[in-house]
Amino acid sequence: MRLELRNITKRFGAVLANDHLNIVIPSGTIHAIVGENGAGKSTAMRIAYGFYRADSGEILVNDEVREIRAPLDAIALGIGMVHQHFMLVRPMTVTENIVLGAEPGSALALDLKAAAARVRALSEEFKLAVDPDAVIEDLSVGQQQRVELLKALYRKAELLILDEPTAVLTPQEVEEFFAILRRMREQSKTVVIITHKLSEVLAISDNVTVMRDGRVVGNVKTGETDAAALARMMVGREVLLRVEKPPAKPGATALSVRGLSITGRDGARRLDNVSFEVRGGEIVGIAGVEGNGQTELIEALAGLLPESQVSGSIAFGGRDIRALDARRRREAGIAHVPEDRHRRGLLLDFSLAENTILGVHYRPPAVSGAGSVLLNEPAIRHRAELVIREFDVRPPNPALPARALSGGNQQKLIIGREFELPPLLLLISQPTRGVDIGAIEFIHRKIVALRDSGCAVLLVSAELEEVTALADRVLVLHNGRIAGEVDPAAVTHEQIGLLMTGGHA
Amino acid sequence: MTRLRELLFPLIAVLCAFAVGALVVLFIGDSPIETYRLLLGSAFSWPDGIGYTLFFATPLIFTGLAVAVALRGGLLNIGAEGQLYIAAFATAWVGITLSNLPSALLIPLCCLAGIAAGAAWAAIPGILKARFGSHEVINTIMLNFIAVALVGYLTQYHYRTAGDPIMESAPISAAAHIPRLGQFVPGLPARIPLNAAFLLALLSCWLVYVLLWKTKWGYEIRATGQNPSAAEYGGVSIRKEIVLTMAISGALAGMVGINEVMGYRYRYYDGFSDNYGFTGIAVALLGRNHPVGVIAAALLFAVLQRGGVPVDAFTQLVSKDIVLILQALVILFVAAEAMFRRGGRGPGAGGRI
Repeated sequence: MRLELRNITKRFGAVLANDHLNIVIPSGTIHAIVGENGAGKSTAMRIAYGFYRADSGEILVNDEVREIRAPLDAIALGIGMVHQHFMLVRPMTVTENIVLGAEPGSALALDLKAAAARVRALSEEFKLAVDPDAVIEDLSVGQQQRVELLKALYRKAELLILDEPTAVLTPQEVEEFFAILRRMREQSKTVVIITHKLSEVLAISDNVTVMRDGRVVGNVKTGETDAAALARMMVGREVLLRVEKPPAKPGATALSVRGLSITGRDGARRLDNVSFEVRGGEIVGIAGVEGNGQTELIEALAGLLPESQVSGSIAFGGRDIRALDARRRREAGIAHVPEDRHRRGLLLDFSLAENTILGVHYRPPAVSGAGSVLLNEPAIRHRAELVIREFDVRPPNPALPARALSGGNQQKLIIGREFELPPLLLLISQPTRGVDIGAIEFIHRKIVALRDSGCAVLLVSAELEEVTALADRVLVLHNGRIAGEVDPAAVTHEQIGLLMTGGHA
Repeated sequence: MTRLRELLFPLIAVLCAFAVGALVVLFIGDSPIETYRLLLGSAFSWPDGIGYTLFFATPLIFTGLAVAVALRGGLLNIGAEGQLYIAAFATAWVGITLSNLPSALLIPLCCLAGIAAGAAWAAIPGILKARFGSHEVINTIMLNFIAVALVGYLTQYHYRTAGDPIMESAPISAAAHIPRLGQFVPGLPARIPLNAAFLLALLSCWLVYVLLWKTKWGYEIRATGQNPSAAEYGGVSIRKEIVLTMAISGALAGMVGINEVMGYRYRYYDGFSDNYGFTGIAVALLGRNHPVGVIAAALLFAVLQRGGVPVDAFTQLVSKDIVLILQALVILFVAAEAMFRRGGRGPGAGGRI
């Protein structure tokens, strides 16, 4: 199916999300749409799927102008969409999920058998290896994603829009997933993939549309471009894709973890007998598929888990810190950039200034006067201006609520606040999730600079490239255990991928 | 700009409520203009109208503040009603039992007793939530019933003057009386019960403002209310904040007793509260959980309360229930505005890619 967006414009309040877009997606191709956060790529595709209506412009399907008022119109035309966050009912089977909203049979009798047979046939046709009778919650993330694909195929989609489909997959799963996409193309389906990972664009797509600030800045054939050129188009200037860092000069041991185990509230083991050290002046990376104990490890080190859930020893600067709460640990010099900035890291309705004192709000210079009770507003403002300047937070207005910032600027604010502690140990999770390329480069340089000033850094990231580029040593976490330690300079992604999934390097 | 909007939206809600209320009056068959003239006119006459309006506003400022502080801390205190009953009784109890103390001692003691009793009663659901995670809405509601029954029992069987047919305690010591404002304001007769508690209410608004926005304690309360996970990350003990916030809320609700017992009836009178605790929720909502907003909203509700009487007396068909209808409409439009706002933010939020 050939899809064309012609002169599409969409405004959200004062924000021009799409500005006279012209995108042509030829039939039977894999088409990548790349751009930074906020470039307008998801908006454009949501317009094509009928989630939003364009303010002006038209959509052409197979060279005919079509009105797409709602997702149902899109589905009727043969357009399917798989969202970044799966929309599956977890206790129901694959078939039940797939027929949801298009139940076969009469109003009273649900004909699931025929549906299951069709699901099976589709699954075999595209080699998806999905069991129609399996229950969703028993499936891996990769399998769930294939269920989402099946959902679209079952509704006879000829064109599939995939929003950041590889964000949740391991390197091996990404390979399998790409193989599926290629088979779809062979069956003359059209695939649109929204992504910000340039390596994947180059690996899978036929054509690329690059967006920036709501406009299309380039339509190129994948074979005629490279990562550097795409990055330049996305950001609008030269970007360093590699992290430049001198060799580490590790000093004394800052953090020493021995036999650390963590039990979840439900009694399940989240972390199992983990031991490692982080020294001053080095970055230790933790690689692994999300949900293998990284979150719990960092929260335990930051003092955010109840003591009853944690066993083993955690020594910082030679003294046991198990008994210290989050406040005391921060006082000892442990900074923490949490993985989820909205849940943990920010008070979204508080001003930037108020956010820059979170964690140190109770002691000078944030407070002053008798008993250190009254907030010292000039000092808080000063600190905010410092963080905003040092970390290039935009817009640079300390009075704005944190909610008003883009993801990248929110992240810079948090990192700036934590660096300002100043830390002896930095716990940093997913430092660049949802952050623009330009800001990624900036954050990486700051982390390396902090390391070079002698700080110990423990870095967790789901992005393999990030871990291997930044870390001086990499530990791979699988199922709550350390599956191995690798040298990031020497290891391949395939080797790490194997460790991540419980194999051996 | 945002500050202006904060003002504008409640104002629009009130205007909408009055517009719909006018339709109701019209439907019943009376003149809306005449009805509103009676309703609002009597509230602003000097000295009775203004005196009584401010007197009616006093307990609503306290309960509105109580609910607002709790909401800022992420807690819904529906128990202000029970807290103010317990507190009023405690105030009266001190005023009766320590009757030989001089004013300089007795007045602060009576005040403190009410504040402490309100705080303690509100701390119970706080502790239950902090310790066991049981929801404060359920527990504050249930404690309302217990509070009303408890003070009723104490009044009936232990503190009623023998032979008094009314459910009220013996009078408190004259040393515990606080002055009526008529003693200081020329032209304001002393029979109007507006008293020093009104000034205490205004002072409380200022104190709450300073607490919430100018101190580290307020920062922690607001942080906990805004995002408990982030507050915890920032080294704030959520459990401590829950108990503390409830106690502050209960203390504010408890000050209603000062107005009622020490400034108005000079005894504990059972069933005195005209749903002050519950109206406080509406006051806090309309006042946007801000002390200044609370004063304005409490004044509005007091105007309505005061204006109900002449409406009842001087219109043909409309009864003073129009006041209840207007209150309900105000709440409805305030809630609708919150919905409208959330809806309005939808596309913007969804539009972030």
